[in-house]
Amino acid sequence: MKQFLSFVKKEFFHIFRDKRTLFILLGMPIAQIIIFGFALTNEVKNAKIAILDHSKDASTASLITEIESSRYFEIAESLHSDADIQTAFHKGIVKMVMVLPSNFGNNLKHFNKAQVQLIADASDPNVANQLVNYASAIIRDYQKRITNNRQLPYTINTEIRMLYNPQMKGSYNFVPGVMAMVLLLVCTMMTAITIVKEKETGTMEILLVSPVKPMRIVIAKAIPYLLLSTINIFTILLLSVFVLEVPINGSLILLLAVSILFILVSLSLGLLISAGADTQQTAMFISLIALFLPTVMLSGFMFPIENMPTPLRVVSNIVPAKWYYNIVKTVMIKGLGVTAIWKELLILSGMLMFFLSLAIKKFKIRLA
Amino acid sequence: MSSISVKNIIKSYGKKKDKVIALNDISFEVKEGEIFGIIGPDGAGKTSLFRILTTLLLADSGTAIVDGLDVIKEFEKIRKRVGYMPGRFSLYQDLTVKENLDFFATIFNTSIEENYSLIKDIYLQIEPFKDRRAGKLSGGMKQKLALSCALIHRPVVLFLDEPTTGVDAVSRKEFWEMLKGLKAQGITILVSTPYMDEAMLCDNVALLQKGKVLSINTPAGVITDFKYPLMAVKAKGMLPLLEQLKAMETVKDAYPFGEYHHVVIKNEQLVQQVRDTLSNSSLSDLQMKRVEADIEDCFIDLMKEK
Repeated sequence: MKQFLSFVKKEFFHIFRDKRTLFILLGMPIAQIIIFGFALTNEVKNAKIAILDHSKDASTASLITEIESSRYFEIAESLHSDADIQTAFHKGIVKMVMVLPSNFGNNLKHFNKAQVQLIADASDPNVANQLVNYASAIIRDYQKRITNNRQLPYTINTEIRMLYNPQMKGSYNFVPGVMAMVLLLVCTMMTAITIVKEKETGTMEILLVSPVKPMRIVIAKAIPYLLLSTINIFTILLLSVFVLEVPINGSLILLLAVSILFILVSLSLGLLISAGADTQQTAMFISLIALFLPTVMLSGFMFPIENMPTPLRVVSNIVPAKWYYNIVKTVMIKGLGVTAIWKELLILSGMLMFFLSLAIKKFKIRLA
Repeated sequence: MSSISVKNIIKSYGKKKDKVIALNDISFEVKEGEIFGIIGPDGAGKTSLFRILTTLLLADSGTAIVDGLDVIKEFEKIRKRVGYMPGRFSLYQDLTVKENLDFFATIFNTSIEENYSLIKDIYLQIEPFKDRRAGKLSGGMKQKLALSCALIHRPVVLFLDEPTTGVDAVSRKEFWEMLKGLKAQGITILVSTPYMDEAMLCDNVALLQKGKVLSINTPAGVITDFKYPLMAVKAKGMLPLLEQLKAMETVKDAYPFGEYHHVVIKNEQLVQQVRDTLSNSSLSDLQMKRVEADIEDCFIDLMKEK
């Protein structure tokens, strides 16, 4: 035991004396949360639009005020003719143009029917879609208000509730994603690199010619990273609760427990990589290509898995981060308990067993 | 009883096509408590041999016994008993001298205090730097620290792979003094070196070249086995002189040796003839003298004969 502790102590010395790496390890989650939280967001806020109002009456004025006062839009330009629409898009500033035909107010009052045209710049289809949806919703609200007093013969009211994330915040989606990414990077890549480093500098040679059980060497190396990752989880959770206002709806204990399970899976993957790699560079490349990319692409955090072609959907099942991402979303955002995530837990535990036993089997007790 | 016994060890690297034979049917015995030197140039197979004996590599065939234990079947037991210092400095550069020593003491389930008597002489020299990071030590200091770490658990057999390579002459001398001290404590030492002069400091030496053992003998025995008359020759224009010597019928071999050229003559009867030929040729500042062969001459001869 004393032997083991001295090993762990030595690992901590390595980590604390390499200030740059330590800084990266602890700073990475903060940087990622901030980048994803404030810069890389796919929510549409204050999109610049232009209005072409042919009618210029009381009704159009109040509709335009409605649009302007929403947090989604900012009116950048008022156009005067149909020809201006082309020019406005060519300049590339506005993303959408709302055209109100002449006699808008008149038609609305006397014929109970008026038209609005929405022209969106669909070079980015997602943004165009969102803008059109937001604008339609505002127009619907406006219409509802003015028809409030009158009884219409047939109406279907769609009552929409956005469960778990009523404000549709993107951060609800990426906090779990960043957690998966950071844990995987720290645990897998760093453990793989430190073990391979011992091989590269020749210290592994001396360690092997000692009474220490080879597996102990490796486990002792993993422990500091387990601790660092736990610190990282806390940083991410604190930032997400207090800075991004993403609540932890479920049990914190359960969330931590599943995170530790995922950390263990990542650590065992790191061990597995270290068994196969001979240089730190190889270890890093394998970690990045075989783990980091699939985590970003196939965990469902950047791109929805449901939209992928079948082969990719099948492949996504072997990405541990996908299951962890699901768990975090279920526990943290939806606030559900163990019963909702037993399947994911089982899969992750299975992966842990598999990777760990493979790593132990592959660990070399000799040099070659 | 022999402490290390190597029988017919063969080790090769690579696949069939570009197979490199590192050790080609090696056998030797090391007696308990002696300093046994493996002398050989770079690429002779010294490191492969050390790795096989320290259970780090598996030989293709042959057997090796260290302290009565088989290197393959009983590798775990061997790992507890031997001390190993690889050729490359392999300690933690970001840990201090003291931390390195403490660490290696704990992993061998011992403490610095417990075996202090054994490493005292060596450790006292590096103690003034005990809070310095190992990476910041000089070459000689690194070697002393590495030796201390390899000794911390009082090994029965000590494997030193090229411990003096890249170390200055004074430190080399000190290092060998330390080895003598360890031998006095009853530790068997297997040491490899590319420096032939260090062979004299061993009890027995094996000359290794291209994976083959050329000779195993005591240093004195190696010298007595050298039967040829040897002369040291010097003149103005050493390079043309060497060419001339090599071209002579009566000369077996000639090579630069310090400020002289050493000339190995085919037999005793021809010595005078060589002297005459050299005197008669127009060499300025010619100096010639009979010299006794030292171990380097013997090794050079052995290596050229095979």
